Amino acid sequence: MDLDVRLPIGLMFSVFGVLLAGFGLVSDPGIYAEHSLGINVNLDWGLVLLAFGAAMLLVALRARRSRARDVTSRRRPGS
Amino acid sequence: MLIHLGVIDYCLLIVYFAFVLGIGFVVKKGVSGTKDFFESGRALPAWICALGFIGANLGAQEVMGMAASGAKYGIMTSHFYWLGAIPAMVFVAVFMMPFYYGSKARSVPEYLKLRFDEKTRGLNAVTFAGMTVMSSGISMYALATLLRAILGWNLHLCIAASGAIVFVYTFTGGLRSAIYNEVLQFFLIVFGFLPLVLLGLKQVGGWSGLTSRLAVVATRNGMPEGAWSHSWKFAGSAQSNPMGVEWFGLAMGLGFVLSFGYWCTDFLVVQRAMAAKDMSAARRTPIIAAFPKMLFPFLVILPGMLAIALTTDAGGGAHFSLPSNGGSLNYDMVVPAMLAHYFPSGLLGLGLTALIASFMSGMAGNVTAFNTVWTYDIYQAYIRPKASDAHYLAVGRAATIAGIAASIACAYTAAKFNNIMDVLQLVFAFVNAPLFATFLLGMFWRRTTGHGAFFGLLAGTAAAAAHHGCR
Repeated sequence: MDLDVRLPIGLMFSVFGVLLAGFGLVSDPGIYAEHSLGINVNLDWGLVLLAFGAAMLLVALRARRSRARDVTSRRRPGS
Repeated sequence: MLIHLGVIDYCLLIVYFAFVLGIGFVVKKGVSGTKDFFESGRALPAWICALGFIGANLGAQEVMGMAASGAKYGIMTSHFYWLGAIPAMVFVAVFMMPFYYGSKARSVPEYLKLRFDEKTRGLNAVTFAGMTVMSSGISMYALATLLRAILGWNLHLCIAASGAIVFVYTFTGGLRSAIYNEVLQFFLIVFGFLPLVLLGLKQVGGWSGLTSRLAVVATRNGMPEGAWSHSWKFAGSAQSNPMGVEWFGLAMGLGFVLSFGYWCTDFLVVQRAMAAKDMSAARRTPIIAAFPKMLFPFLVILPGMLAIALTTDAGGGAHFSLPSNGGSLNYDMVVPAMLAHYFPSGLLGLGLTALIASFMSGMAGNVTAFNTVWTYDIYQAYIRPKASDAHYLAVGRAATIAGIAASIACAYTAAKFNNIMDVLQLVFAFVNAPLFATFLLGMFWRRTTGHGAFFGLLAGTAAAAAHHGCR
């Protein structure tokens, strides 16, 4: 069983990021004036989440690739 | 105070639940025996165990309670971390993990059996199992009442839904699934609450704006100006700080008895470190966990301090109003009120998801600790000692169902008695502190015996209760 936990974390935060930033682009600016000191926090924080999610995904995918390389290089001498 | 959620908020909540359940189902494939289910195969890297270690502890009582204390007592609340957690976490890593991990015990009660005797283990297993079920029930009840208060959701539906979700992922994937979800929840809580701190700080005018408003709060409460913004300066005498304690009581009570009792002997947290892949990873787990833990006051206490500062009219008018409860401020609602005030639809969904995640991590942590102790230390020890591994796995799964059912029963009991949480916290303190003393003696003094440990535990708990009763 090797689910790399960085994979679901990366995916979830990427989805969150896209949803929030997307909503930030189309939402009524009035809600930001009312709540968040006029800052479009959905867009800004959505991009932060997306960056974090993408970084996690990148690390997870690189780890998976290097594991795959280890397995093939270990097999070669015997085969 | 009712919050209305938009479509986007529900979307975020649904995405989160989908991932939580998805992790449970993916991890399920790897569960083939009790070692996978209860100990996650002892194969996890240290950083995952470390985030699970603090994730399991980062329950909602912590998130909401620390913000409430932040508003009530100011930055002195940080002692719950810097005194009340870090030294004990380092101690677990350096001194206790070699005993736990090296002994091949699968749980804290089992370690007690190896070191002392069967009856000491039995006593600890039964009290611990009872406490986990009650804690999980209380988390469930607290979540349901909160969601009813702020979203107008149905209480029974909330209890049933939270129980069902935690059930699915702990039943399928066992401890590994619980730990993976705790890691997910850890990041969610960090990213869900950080914008609150940033927006609050921006509005109050940064740290200097915060301290100048807190000075007004302090003088209105008859304290020296910096009482809310200095963690040590006013700890010299109990009268000059909002917590009403002096440094010696703080260091001994919080920094020694309570924190070491909890971090070193509570199987709920120790179980996370014991899931690590080797001794070195098990010892690194609490150490790695200590680093984010040190920074948590900025995430969970600062919102409370910001709330009280922004509520106070310091010349320029108040920016925020803390909800009040019949004339006095309702500190427990600091976090939900701040979320509703500063988060527009969208970010609000993220904040609420983080809050719900914190409740669920508290519940799942207790359920996984309960099913392990029940199966290894009660069922296997006293009811059916020599059954197959598959049998114990089935018992563990059944215990997950039973544990959640018992938690639901506790949630409804909590609904009937108003002050049940305070009473239980007290009982936990009675049980945990003598346990740590027993451990210390057992580890560092060879002549400690099983009888001594058993009666020491009983007498310690009874003495604490009697002392409280006589006060």
